Amino acid sequence: MSKTSLSSWSESKPLRILRSARAFLERYRKQSFAFPYILWMALFVVIPIILIVVYAFTSAGNGFTLKNFSGIISYAPVFGRSLWLALVATAVCLLIGYPVALAISRMNIKTQRIVLMLVMLPMWINFLLRTYAWMSLLENTGLINRALAALGVFDLINSLHANDLNYTPITHFQLINTNGAVVLGMVYNYLPFMILPIQSVIVKIDPFVIEAAEDLGADRGTVFRKVIFPLSLSGVISGITMVFVPAVSTFVISKLLSNGTVMLLGDLIEMQFTGSAYNPHLGSAISLIMMAIVVICMSIMNKFGEGEEQAVMM
Amino acid sequence: MKRKNTGGNILTALTFIFLYAPIIVLIVFSFNSSKSRTIWSGFTLDWYRELFRDSLIMSSLETTLLVSVLAALAAAVIGTFAAIGFYNMKKHWRSPLLMINNIPVINADIITGVSLSLLFVSAGVVIGFELGFGTLLIAHITFDIPYVILSVMPKLYQLDRNLFEAAQDLGCTWFQTIYKVIIPEIMPGIINGLLIAFTMSVDDFVISYFTAGSSVQTLSMAIYAMTRKRISPKINAISTLLFTVVLILLVIVNVRESRQQRKADLKREQMPEEV
Repeated sequence: MSKTSLSSWSESKPLRILRSARAFLERYRKQSFAFPYILWMALFVVIPIILIVVYAFTSAGNGFTLKNFSGIISYAPVFGRSLWLALVATAVCLLIGYPVALAISRMNIKTQRIVLMLVMLPMWINFLLRTYAWMSLLENTGLINRALAALGVFDLINSLHANDLNYTPITHFQLINTNGAVVLGMVYNYLPFMILPIQSVIVKIDPFVIEAAEDLGADRGTVFRKVIFPLSLSGVISGITMVFVPAVSTFVISKLLSNGTVMLLGDLIEMQFTGSAYNPHLGSAISLIMMAIVVICMSIMNKFGEGEEQAVMM
Repeated sequence: MKRKNTGGNILTALTFIFLYAPIIVLIVFSFNSSKSRTIWSGFTLDWYRELFRDSLIMSSLETTLLVSVLAALAAAVIGTFAAIGFYNMKKHWRSPLLMINNIPVINADIITGVSLSLLFVSAGVVIGFELGFGTLLIAHITFDIPYVILSVMPKLYQLDRNLFEAAQDLGCTWFQTIYKVIIPEIMPGIINGLLIAFTMSVDDFVISYFTAGSSVQTLSMAIYAMTRKRISPKINAISTLLFTVVLILLVIVNVRESRQQRKADLKREQMPEEV
């Protein structure tokens, strides 16, 4: 190849790239509308997650390491507590949410609209404020303890122990700064996420299917077990995911309602990224495990039925 | 399916007490003349006055509104175009892209926030910038776009496929087809997505917390800082104001919707006479 042809080739290179880019856009004109967003997703969705993976498997200064994951073992109680409290909160949400969803879907259309709006309304209030509201109820000198004191509950308990010399009289129940308070905060914040998807599925069940079951001799219990519940399963599954995922990852609820005494996974991650124990490598490793938990949760959900997230969005 | 369901209705009523009692307590104590959150000592509007005088809260409110409006608008534009692009893709391209699109929706907020902060901090070291309003805005646009796409895509699928061809047969270029035919048709979906994106942005705390840095503060972050310091009835006053705004907005939206519904019903009833 002569020197001149080489230089002309290199001169036309940008032009050629431009031309082929233009040809590409011409060919995929209809699809090209999505290109800016694909670039955006690559930058701000995919790369950040890759960064989490990279950080999780490296340490500051040194290269590849599994140290971060072995370091997590000392936080096993936090993992256990986080999963346990999130599971309890999800179970409570289901136990309350399902019958409520069922009751709502049996109301007439007009009432249903209003009731659903009332379920959604608290969700529109900043969840920090919703959680803050419970602080003033649960405090040692909070409204619940005051009400119990006014009713004479503590006097009654103290009088029962009047003969016990080692007994110290109580003036309040310890409500705030307990696991129970954190679960309560989760249930309070995420209960609508359970009610709405279940209700949206139950309300779509063809009433004739239920009638048919009744005509074939099924009693109310059997109708529920064999018809309504199986048909509402997709709503239940998405409800469970929508409660469990935020519950297992929260750090605000535990911060506000336990003042740091109940430490959850979210608190642990938050500490690694903002607190005095700044260690994004360990934080990324914990985040990665949390993501794995979420993915497992989602794949279980996908197995049972398609999601109903949109039902809750408005 | 109308049966007597007393047990269920009682449980529903109790659930509503559970959901609303804390909010009502919060509102009532915003008018309390002492600082106590539990003992009532008389009516006052002082906390509201102080709230409006609190420059920190007011500037954080400004930040929240600014970032939410900008992010929602940007997300509506990028998201609508992206949805049209996705709609025209073959399924084997669309499905994985929609899956990536769903990541910020599905993922726990804390992970979205933390991963973005990792990106911003490490890119900031290389390029030389710090966490601030810019990174906050990018983060908000990132988690807003999926909601726009999720509300625009169904509208696109409701369209008649032939609409594209008809417009082009009648002489529209591809771009004219988009902005003269398609965009007006999917407008309700875009507006819906815009509103969802806006509320998501206003409501967000976790992602902002990790991506805004120390120089910028949204209202949620200001509230968080206040709750950590505990007693301040100003928080109750903010809650009451926000609750009232949300309530009014929801009532307006619902009244409008039911009015439109009634109009649509009326039209449907009159249709046979016209034909």
